[in-house]
Amino acid sequence: MLSSMEKSIAELRETFKNGGTKSISWRKSQLKALLQLINQNEDSIFKALDQDLGKSPVESYRDEVGVLKKSVTYTLSCLEKWVAPKKAEVPLLFFPAKAEVMPQPLGVVLIFSSWNFPFTLALDPLIGAISAGNTVLLKPSDLAPACMSFLVETIPKYLDNKAVKVLAGGADIGERLLQLKWDKIFFTGSPRVGRLVMAAAAKHLTPVTLELGGKSPAIVDTLSTTPSKAKVTAKRIVGGKWGPCTGQACIAIDYVLVEEKLASTLIELLKKTIKRFYGENIKSLKNISRIVNKHQFQRLVNLLKDPNVADSIVYGGSVDEEKLVIEPTILLDPPLDSEIMSEEIFGPLLPIITLKNIEESINFINSKSNPLVIYAFTEDDTFKKRILSETSSGTVTFNDSMVQFLCDSLPFGGVGQSGFGRYHGKYSFDTFSHEKSIMHRGFYPEIEPRYPPWTDFKLLFLKLAYQFDYFGLILLLLGFKRS
Amino acid sequence: MLMENKAENKAVFDAESAKEVVKELRDSFVTGKTKSHRWRVTQLKAMLKMLEENEPQIVAALRDDLSKPEFESSLYEIQMLKNSCRLALKEMNHWMMPEKAKTSLTTFPSSAEIVSEPLGVVLVISAWNYPFLLSLDPVVGAISAGNAIVLKPSEMAPASSSLIAKLVADYLDSSCIKVVEGAVPETSALLEQKWDKILYTGNVRVARIVMAAAAKHLTPVVLELGGKSPVIVDSNINLKVATRRIIAGKWGCNNGQACISPDYIITTKDYATKLVDSFKCELERFYGKDPLESKDLSRIVNSNHFDRLSKLMDEEKVSSKIVHGGQRNEKNLQIAPTIFLDVPVNSLIMKEEIFGPLLPIITVDKVEQSFDLIHSSGGKPLAAYLFTNNKKLKRKFVETVSAGGLVVNDTAVHLAIHSLPFGGVGESGMGSYHGKFSFDAFSHKKAVLYRGFAGDAFLRYPPYTPGKLTLLQALLSGSIVGIIRALLGWFWA
Repeated sequence: MLSSMEKSIAELRETFKNGGTKSISWRKSQLKALLQLINQNEDSIFKALDQDLGKSPVESYRDEVGVLKKSVTYTLSCLEKWVAPKKAEVPLLFFPAKAEVMPQPLGVVLIFSSWNFPFTLALDPLIGAISAGNTVLLKPSDLAPACMSFLVETIPKYLDNKAVKVLAGGADIGERLLQLKWDKIFFTGSPRVGRLVMAAAAKHLTPVTLELGGKSPAIVDTLSTTPSKAKVTAKRIVGGKWGPCTGQACIAIDYVLVEEKLASTLIELLKKTIKRFYGENIKSLKNISRIVNKHQFQRLVNLLKDPNVADSIVYGGSVDEEKLVIEPTILLDPPLDSEIMSEEIFGPLLPIITLKNIEESINFINSKSNPLVIYAFTEDDTFKKRILSETSSGTVTFNDSMVQFLCDSLPFGGVGQSGFGRYHGKYSFDTFSHEKSIMHRGFYPEIEPRYPPWTDFKLLFLKLAYQFDYFGLILLLLGFKRS
Repeated sequence: MLMENKAENKAVFDAESAKEVVKELRDSFVTGKTKSHRWRVTQLKAMLKMLEENEPQIVAALRDDLSKPEFESSLYEIQMLKNSCRLALKEMNHWMMPEKAKTSLTTFPSSAEIVSEPLGVVLVISAWNYPFLLSLDPVVGAISAGNAIVLKPSEMAPASSSLIAKLVADYLDSSCIKVVEGAVPETSALLEQKWDKILYTGNVRVARIVMAAAAKHLTPVVLELGGKSPVIVDSNINLKVATRRIIAGKWGCNNGQACISPDYIITTKDYATKLVDSFKCELERFYGKDPLESKDLSRIVNSNHFDRLSKLMDEEKVSSKIVHGGQRNEKNLQIAPTIFLDVPVNSLIMKEEIFGPLLPIITVDKVEQSFDLIHSSGGKPLAAYLFTNNKKLKRKFVETVSAGGLVVNDTAVHLAIHSLPFGGVGESGMGSYHGKFSFDAFSHKKAVLYRGFAGDAFLRYPPYTPGKLTLLQALLSGSIVGIIRALLGWFWA
């Protein structure tokens, strides 16, 4: 007796087997329907995001709705190109053979999304999975319940129910889903759960993409340039910390590295910018999300409990438990072995670590596990090259924050503890595809020496052939080479 | 399957030893040594030299382990490896260069690129059937991508394992590339450590263990497994050429003990007899009247596999279906090329990957039914083959059969095409390598975005107003008309 979950998945498998998701026209129709879903329900989406996270419409548009619309539109315009097989070069030896690589859907895929960008992190992978011709089960995070409900109710109204399903529920549902066999699992979340997902996938040899996190640092080396550049730097740091979901983002700036002598200038600039963007204090706080739930709120508050950490607060620090709000908080040189400096913060607390020389930031970053992004504000080309070659991260962004997310031509993913696999743009299509190699040969000509009984002549022939030493082959055939 | 302990007192290689090895390699990697173009070139050149100067020894080790004919050893192990090294040496500069990425109006002004960097310290676990190729080909990829490497060759090919360990120590940089020999205990010790990538070639059962171990450290893996690679044989073809090519891919590749060997054949009832006759004729031409006497066939690797294959042959409903061959010599671990006609679809020989010199032929009424048969068998194989002149059939094959790689009108040769990724899907594996794909498999492709200080879109920042929302919508759409209109609207609002 199959549970309803197993029945759903069986239906997805049946749909895939019958070729329901194969045609380009089906994929395009689904993508167009998704675009319609977003266009026709913008207000409901804004409302759900406000309810779950306190996001304002501009933030919601910038980080979720707008990103998704862009993604669908881009995918629609490129899909035919992506689906087409690509020719591969064949050595002359095999003439007139042809070779190509043809992308194929993997089958039935499972997408786990996270609570901080409940629409983007659910639907952007979905776009990739559909464009690649798969059937999909989407499991949104129950920690953003209004968004999850919206997806559960609305997706069936627009997309093909037999091919795309949304399942509501918490960790227990997630665990049950992981027991089953999938052709691919796409997971966005924490490294801890990432391990569990991969371990479960190992039982069925299911390939996975893990989009995790880490402590994404911002190296600041531009304060001693022009005042306007310093101001822009400050804006971009503030925008990159508190802009995305009040720091609850995998690519948010986690902490800042700056030279000692510039620390106070930086802090002053940051304070001014924070006040301008978000208000003078916690009572007049605006244009900023809130903490998602009590559990995360408590976790963040606990980070400030250590007296040494609390002492290092130079701005902010006020919290409102009822409203689940923590005001933008800056810390100056908290102890390096404190939790706030060893765990991913994922919240509105910004430690500033000072160094004697900004070049030390490279060793500092390397002493921690590979982050998802390294942000570096610098105009020194040599320093840029050093950062690129001496550190390892998913992405490096120079002189800005967050915007790399909008680049469809750049792969988005981690390395080491920040994850593996990637998506966005064509990479989304690829991540849900199998690249199948195909070689076409004719019956002629025949390479006789392949066949036994093997002789020295045949061996020499093939050795030359394998080296693509065509001249040598001619010599051999003419009798000028000896075995 | 414990390795025979040699007379020398070998220190036990346990988790502590494994940890030390990894630490040593990580310390080497951190110095940046393996990243340098020069290091990679010297290592690859050294490997080429190693192969050139030791061909007879390699051939001898393969003869010991597998009775592999010199021809096969020379071509499929040594020559293919040399090609791999040469290709990497020739193309590496190009592979190492950052790849420019396009940027759009949305992030104007900006420039972007994708930079390849080594993953770090990687583990290559290899198999027994092509002990040199499957050990060193991934190593070529790992070196070209700038990593430090531990290689664990298969203990089931002990002479090769021991020779690989000696040669690598003699020719390559042992502070960055190490060989760890051993069996289950040693492999387990290695798998407990944190690697930046693991490439495993072997079977499904061990692959699950490898991936589960990798999961603890969030280590990405490439798994090169196997499966039942089917061959569909249509009528109206050049039967002689087709037969010979199937033989070359089956018995000519380590006597069927290869991941991409044709596993079984599907053909029409009408054509089956002709096909069997053609096989009989060509097999005799290739291997003589008594194949057990032929020097051109590998033997079965060990008694375990000999017993396993015997069991497949002796199953009640199967043994009666032998139409050719069947000769065995247990002492010499030899099984002759053996063909079966119409074994039951639920027999053992049709359920598991054969990996040996047994070839079942399944018949169908119409050749199109082959596809249903392949799909119903469940797993996705590493390779699938089709012999036909029918364009429609080719098209259907290419579009509907899901396998790692497909070849029309030949078998196994796609391995030699370095522009094709070599890897499986589903139970035949994940990830791929060969050629540039090897370099990519052992690299992290780091996205890099360069921005300047001009062009700061004030719309990104609070205070968030409805006007900003409109402008933002235009900017994100990337449409220049939309942006101009929105800006004009902003000015006149």
